[in-house]
Amino acid sequence: MLNYILRRILYAFPILVGVNLITFFLFFVVNTPDDMARMQLGMKHVTEEAIDNWKQERGYDRPLFWNEEASAGGEVTETLLFSESLKLFRFDFGVADDGRNIRRDIGQRMGPSLAIAVPTFVIGLMTNITFALLMVFFRATYLELSGVVLTVVLMSISGLFYIIGGQFVVGKLMHLVPISGYESGVDAFRFVVLPVAIGVISGIGSGVRWYRTIFLEEMGKDYVRTARAKGLSEQRVLFHHVLRNAMIPILTGAVVVLPLLFMGSLITESFFGIPGLGSYTIEAINAQDFAIVRAMVFLGAVLYIIGLLLTDLSYTLVDPRVRLS
Amino acid sequence: MMNGLYELLGAKPLFLWTDLLIWLLVGVILLSVSYTRRRPHLLEPWRRVARSRMAMGSLVVLLLYVVVGLLDSVHYRPALAPSEVTQEYQGEGQQEIHYAVQARTLLDWLVGDLGQESEKSYSTPFATHLYSRERVEGEEGGVMRDFPRLVHGGAHLERVEERQGDLLQRLTVGGAEGVVLWLLLALLLGKMLTRRQRGRSALQWLSRTLRKVPTRDGETNTVPWSTVLWVTAGASILLMVAIQMGVHYHILGTDKVGQDVFYQAVKSIRTGLVIGTLTTLIMLPFAVFLGIMAGYFRGWIDDAIQYTYTTLSSIPGVLLIAAAILMIQVYIDNNAALFETTEERADLRLLFLCIILGVTSWTGLCRLLRGETLKLREMDYITAAHAFGVSHLRIITRHILPNVMHVVLISVVLDFSGLVLAEAVLSYVGVGVDPTMHSWGNMINGARLEMAREPVVWWTLFASFLFMFVMVLAANLFSDVVREAFDPRVQSRGERS
Repeated sequence: MLNYILRRILYAFPILVGVNLITFFLFFVVNTPDDMARMQLGMKHVTEEAIDNWKQERGYDRPLFWNEEASAGGEVTETLLFSESLKLFRFDFGVADDGRNIRRDIGQRMGPSLAIAVPTFVIGLMTNITFALLMVFFRATYLELSGVVLTVVLMSISGLFYIIGGQFVVGKLMHLVPISGYESGVDAFRFVVLPVAIGVISGIGSGVRWYRTIFLEEMGKDYVRTARAKGLSEQRVLFHHVLRNAMIPILTGAVVVLPLLFMGSLITESFFGIPGLGSYTIEAINAQDFAIVRAMVFLGAVLYIIGLLLTDLSYTLVDPRVRLS
Repeated sequence: MMNGLYELLGAKPLFLWTDLLIWLLVGVILLSVSYTRRRPHLLEPWRRVARSRMAMGSLVVLLLYVVVGLLDSVHYRPALAPSEVTQEYQGEGQQEIHYAVQARTLLDWLVGDLGQESEKSYSTPFATHLYSRERVEGEEGGVMRDFPRLVHGGAHLERVEERQGDLLQRLTVGGAEGVVLWLLLALLLGKMLTRRQRGRSALQWLSRTLRKVPTRDGETNTVPWSTVLWVTAGASILLMVAIQMGVHYHILGTDKVGQDVFYQAVKSIRTGLVIGTLTTLIMLPFAVFLGIMAGYFRGWIDDAIQYTYTTLSSIPGVLLIAAAILMIQVYIDNNAALFETTEERADLRLLFLCIILGVTSWTGLCRLLRGETLKLREMDYITAAHAFGVSHLRIITRHILPNVMHVVLISVVLDFSGLVLAEAVLSYVGVGVDPTMHSWGNMINGARLEMAREPVVWWTLFASFLFMFVMVLAANLFSDVVREAFDPRVQSRGERS
């Protein structure tokens, strides 16, 4: 088991190197540091000196791939590619354009992101599975048909409209909760309720349909027929046998996204003014702060890979037949 | 010689990348339709699709969108009227014709001045006055604060009170025109369908279909033409009423800078369609090629391809898109001289958005195809082909590719609506299409604070919601039926919904 985990972590390494190469290509090769400096400092009337200063401040004044001036192995190590990659792998994200330490910012903003993302995920998962099971239970009735139609309709509405509509009805017309903002501690509840509710509702359409197909797939299997033949009630077949057997496909989808919850949701956080990582990313994109965007891309990839690892491990927990080696 | 032709037309065509690709796609679809028609085994799943009421109804709606989108995909630059200054300066006879920097499309030409009729600011749907008070000069010469009349909306009315009657009249006229249009379309359809049957006229066909008189081979085996006819009726009446009213009113009001919202929503159709279709068109060759290669050859090729797609898919999609679009924007800003018109610049960004969306979404299909190919290559007929010494290329093209096409088709159809929705989110984040381009995402983005305004401005959001919702819903319903018709697992389960 431990052996397996170690090997998987080693596998993850080349993937991270690949991710790093892609981000490096996007952020340093497509547009050279000179281009970025010119854009940051204003398009025209920029002196060479100012550009050089800007580059030196950020350590961008080295060659990209190959340093001819250095010697004895320094050709590779004293380059932008090497130094920037090394920094990312040490989770040293450098400073943002406004001079703040990116790593500290990320640490501070994880909390609010999790406060929204975790309840949304847990409540959403339970709601979706419940509705999907109910639809399978009432299959071939008008109840199911209307459920199917409703999920398609819900799925066809852009997530933006759920947020806009929810803010309008609950926040502006009914004055139940503040429309946007955030406070830490117990007060956070007031601010978290609406985004979580909207997150759950906007996910119902696709979620319920997804779990419904999983359950329907399971319903066609032999053990279900056996269970019915034994005279078990439909409830017991569904909630006991099918639900447990459907855990594997459910887990595959659910566990992968667990670590990504740290990243928060771009749209929700920016609409509700929650100072999490999602709004951090959006602000960085709008301010064209490339250091932050690069850090978030790398962080996202790391979390995704952790998610894949967790998925494999979780199989052993729900399915005794799976042995990792 | 070409210049002479342009002069005669008073316009110069503008070939945008996405236009060319869209028309290429239309060509590909037409070709594959004619290919499929002659092959019964390929036609069978489509017959199942055609038997579904839901699929045919949503297909009509989608076709309406597609027609609008295609009309909007023919760009030209109208010739500018020579101004007097240049005329004097250049002298008679040898003046050079300049073409507008702002490109127009066939759709613009059809709707006439709708796009140009802008007001000062917000106005409600069908309004005759602005939404906010402004200083206007009273009849007695004094200055007072009142709602000024709109420049275009309802400008043909002498008195405001006539509006209701006028709208009612336009509704009836438009409705009548819609019925006429529908009759024409229906008879055309009937003519085509009864072409080979003697003694049945299109009119007979129409009345029999609407009364749902069962045909000889039973109701179940035929295309539900009555659904098609009813949906077409609704669409054509709506269309004609919209045209009747749109000429003199702002059907969905105007936005902050006085632009007609209805026009914007209609123009956004093309953007939505382009993103939904071109993205898959661009990613498809990679996904199919690499997926089959990985599954078929295995070994180090498989490892390399798996490594590539795992790496790409481990980067969160939105962030990769954001990074790429930011970079493209820097490139475009630094090389502004390359683009003659604003459309060309916006178009390049749209194309890159499609490409980068394709890069983030091909991995799923590639993985599916790899798995499917892994299964197929162990089949007996592949082994037999190997034994006969058939080359790898031939095995892949003749035996593997046709057998994975259903996976490709299902994923293409399923992806469409997701991509249209993604465009809105990306534009909101600021990494979507160019801000100058009409798109639902840009409309929502521009109107995001309007619900918090007092009094509320709801029509921009409503318009983008309505247009997007109808298209995505139709696409979702259609894709559901397509998936069920093509998915062998559903077939073997013997399930029908």
